[in-house]
Amino acid sequence: MTNDPLLKVTGLRTHFSSEHGTVKAVDGVDFQIERGGILGVVGESGSGKSVTGLSILRLLGSRNATIAGGQILFHGEDLLTKSDREMREIRGKKISMVFQNAMTALDPFFRVGDQLVEVIRLHQRVGKREAKLKALEAMELVRIPEASRRLSSYPHQLSGGQRQRVMIALALSCGPDLLIADEPTTALDATVQKQIIDLLAEVNRELGTAILMITHDFGVVARLCRTVAVMYAGKIVESGEVARVLEKPEDPYTQKLLGSVLRMRSEVRRVSA
Amino acid sequence: MTTATLTQPAATAWRRRSQFRLATRALARDKVAVGALVVLTLVVLVAIFAPLISPYDPLVGDPTIRLLPPGTPGHLLGLDGQGRDILSRLIWGGRYSLSVAIVPVLCAGVVALVLGMVAGYFGGRWGELVMRVLDVVFAFPIVLFAIAIAAVLGPGLVNSMLAIGITLVPYMARVVYTATVQESGKDYVEAARAAGLTEVEILGKQLLPNVLSPLVVYATTLAGLVIVLAAGLSFLGVGITPPAPDWGVMTSDGRQVLLEGYAHVATIPGLMIFIVAIAFNLLGDGIRDALDPHKQTGSRN
Repeated sequence: MTNDPLLKVTGLRTHFSSEHGTVKAVDGVDFQIERGGILGVVGESGSGKSVTGLSILRLLGSRNATIAGGQILFHGEDLLTKSDREMREIRGKKISMVFQNAMTALDPFFRVGDQLVEVIRLHQRVGKREAKLKALEAMELVRIPEASRRLSSYPHQLSGGQRQRVMIALALSCGPDLLIADEPTTALDATVQKQIIDLLAEVNRELGTAILMITHDFGVVARLCRTVAVMYAGKIVESGEVARVLEKPEDPYTQKLLGSVLRMRSEVRRVSA
Repeated sequence: MTTATLTQPAATAWRRRSQFRLATRALARDKVAVGALVVLTLVVLVAIFAPLISPYDPLVGDPTIRLLPPGTPGHLLGLDGQGRDILSRLIWGGRYSLSVAIVPVLCAGVVALVLGMVAGYFGGRWGELVMRVLDVVFAFPIVLFAIAIAAVLGPGLVNSMLAIGITLVPYMARVVYTATVQESGKDYVEAARAAGLTEVEILGKQLLPNVLSPLVVYATTLAGLVIVLAAGLSFLGVGITPPAPDWGVMTSDGRQVLLEGYAHVATIPGLMIFIVAIAFNLLGDGIRDALDPHKQTGSRN
């Protein structure tokens, strides 16, 4: 049991039914994440990487999507056979998710502290007072300055980076084993991006939370992840150790994707020279 | 994580100011809304204590002294066509007009909230069905529809409230539906789902407050409109029936002597409707602002 990977996805297929037929957004995907590991899933827009993340938590209910096949083993148990009730127990508690757009991912109507307390009390049998202390702990964990004061802030009073920190605090508040981060830095500017990535690395190191990092940015992968899977058109075209994939990509698509990043870098250098 | 013990007082300090108190404080800062609230409270109190305040019987008049102008000794606002004291009728009339303004809007609001949120959030076939049925009701002019219902039910205070309530449902449901569709597409709903909340919890805890504020504003706007609508029903004989001192009834009574040069009989209750309608509107604006977290806190930028 202890040698099993934390999450093992095999043959995952997620299909969308539309008027024009079936769209195979995820078409037979295999990967696994070890306990405390960090896997990056890279790919262009529409490659199915976000749908993969949502499929793990079975959050596609309202979008004409069906998980057409495969297995998602989490702690050795298949999430696809769980009831809705069991899934709700897992969401937020065992596996939690951070979304791309921190601007809208917090309910504008409630103060940050209240939102944290709600999630904490949803999954843990604690009183209000204790939940508040846990909320404060979570805020301090993600290095929000003046955490106790920020608890009574509304989302609109926080900067983008702070909101994403709050989202991470929310995601970590119940001590999950796995954090799915769906492009958590895409909407942020470069310096804040780096801070958030460093924060995630720190969380991984200190709490041992495994991370599934969904991104289109090889820079993020290089900085944070140990293993990487490159997705294209619903399939994983290449996966392996980050250093190996970045230095010696075998798949032609990975080579082109990396090539485009390198070309952009050299162009930038030429412009700034 | 041993910092918790150090900062314990700070963590509990944030509880003390509840969100409700933030909203009431914000409302208290809004002078116009406070003024509107004072006016409405006054009108409600006067209506409640009508038997104590009213100087005369609102239903019994002295035809020998009819149509005396405002300022007549003993009759501050004058007398109407049947020699009844206008001030007394105005005081008693608040009971009818206010209940006709508030009760249907509240009831229709609750029904609309349920229909609109369920249809907007879950969508699908049932949601479509609900909204299309409401669209059919929509197609009738509001007054005509209210008249039709009132005609079937018969005249009277309760029946006209019922008629107006039913008429309002599609309008309010549409507002709720639109707000729900808009809000449920936002990431925080998805995030709530990812945090393990049930659909009912998402509807009740996350969406309701966000949907409620546009509805509150709309409802207060309607409250003003409904007084006029009820007056129209009374005027047509399917609403509150004379000699009940409803403000709408009073206005239509006054119409008969308006051209004879006795403008005060119609104008005074009309003015009252106007004041109350405006007060409802201004209070609604104030409530909306007070509920808005951005305005509550003084926006960041």
